[in-house]
Amino acid sequence: MSRETSLVTADWVAQNLNNPKVVLVEVDEDTTLYDQGHIEGAITFHWRNDLQDGLIRDLISKEKFEALLSKSGISNDTTVILYGGNNNWFATYAFWYFKVYGHADVRLLDGGRKRWELDARPFVTAVPTRTATRYVAKERDNSIRAFRDEVIAAISKVNIVDVRSPQEFSGELAAPAHLPQEGGQIKGHIPTAKNIPWSKAANEDGTFKSEAELTALYQGAGVDLAKDTIAYCRIGERSAFSWFVLHELLGVNNVKNYDGSWTEYGSLVGVPVALGA
Amino acid sequence: MRTCGATPGGPSLDGIDIKTQSVIQGVVLSTSAGDGVPNGSAITNAHVRLLDSSGEFTAEVPTNQEGQFRFFAAPGTWTLVVLAPGARKEIQVVATKGVPLDLVIELS
Repeated sequence: MSRETSLVTADWVAQNLNNPKVVLVEVDEDTTLYDQGHIEGAITFHWRNDLQDGLIRDLISKEKFEALLSKSGISNDTTVILYGGNNNWFATYAFWYFKVYGHADVRLLDGGRKRWELDARPFVTAVPTRTATRYVAKERDNSIRAFRDEVIAAISKVNIVDVRSPQEFSGELAAPAHLPQEGGQIKGHIPTAKNIPWSKAANEDGTFKSEAELTALYQGAGVDLAKDTIAYCRIGERSAFSWFVLHELLGVNNVKNYDGSWTEYGSLVGVPVALGA
Repeated sequence: MRTCGATPGGPSLDGIDIKTQSVIQGVVLSTSAGDGVPNGSAITNAHVRLLDSSGEFTAEVPTNQEGQFRFFAAPGTWTLVVLAPGARKEIQVVATKGVPLDLVIELS
């Protein structure tokens, strides 16, 4: 868990486009982006169709994850490089997902599509064909995943970090400003949560800030990194971004992503809710 | 893309209740045509960031295949930061409910 083991640069990706051990996977919020153009050799996972169960609200099963990776030509010893649009929101969610199922070597392209585009690097539209494998996933690692009862029990006891925008935290908005206003049944935040928007961890070009800046960000907001931490947002993608910062870049072990997030918590009956900054 | 007489600006507002929304939208164009015409080719790989009045990040969208973007913001003063390969531009705007702000942003 460090920048060296979890992140690669655009230069590294450009130099490894033909590395047979490396598979690039694009995961976007806007799922039309891949078809418009992607990094040469990259495949894509659809965040909803491929990564959501579809019937129940949950991750896909271990067997379905194995089938997805097998048909995608990803082996257990593949170096998977994830990247995507919107500052890698959904790519970091996929990164967390790969970790839940125990993939050994998964990394993120620092800055994602945006850094690649701002460098004026090329995109292609050709979709690669890959030879199927027999991928074997591990059992889910729930040490990096928080569930609702644990979150309710965590109020006032462990760090709860709300990574949404200040307007969502205060209860003015139900969703990010560029999206339809849908989410939980009510607005607000989990009591005792600290609002540290995901965006504060990223540079303008989508790359992550330095470890010194990131440590100062969390400590400056009063987060004691020696304690357990739960990160949440609206649907678990932006909080995966902040989970990545804490768990992978800062090497904090006891961090969980609450992927139920506000759409779940804000719809629960009888749980405490706070409003305002 | 040359818009050739069409009104340059953001995506169509058809179907949007502009009375209840404070829309900030527009199109990002290249001035590289060099002919002084404001509606040069669309920049389709730009990223537009929306910062609030205190400079805090609020939202970001990539431009579409027509170089267009749109935000639904609250009324007030906002800063747009437009990023494209080799270019960066900041623009202060005021969003008003009922009057969509339609911008033509040129990058050299």
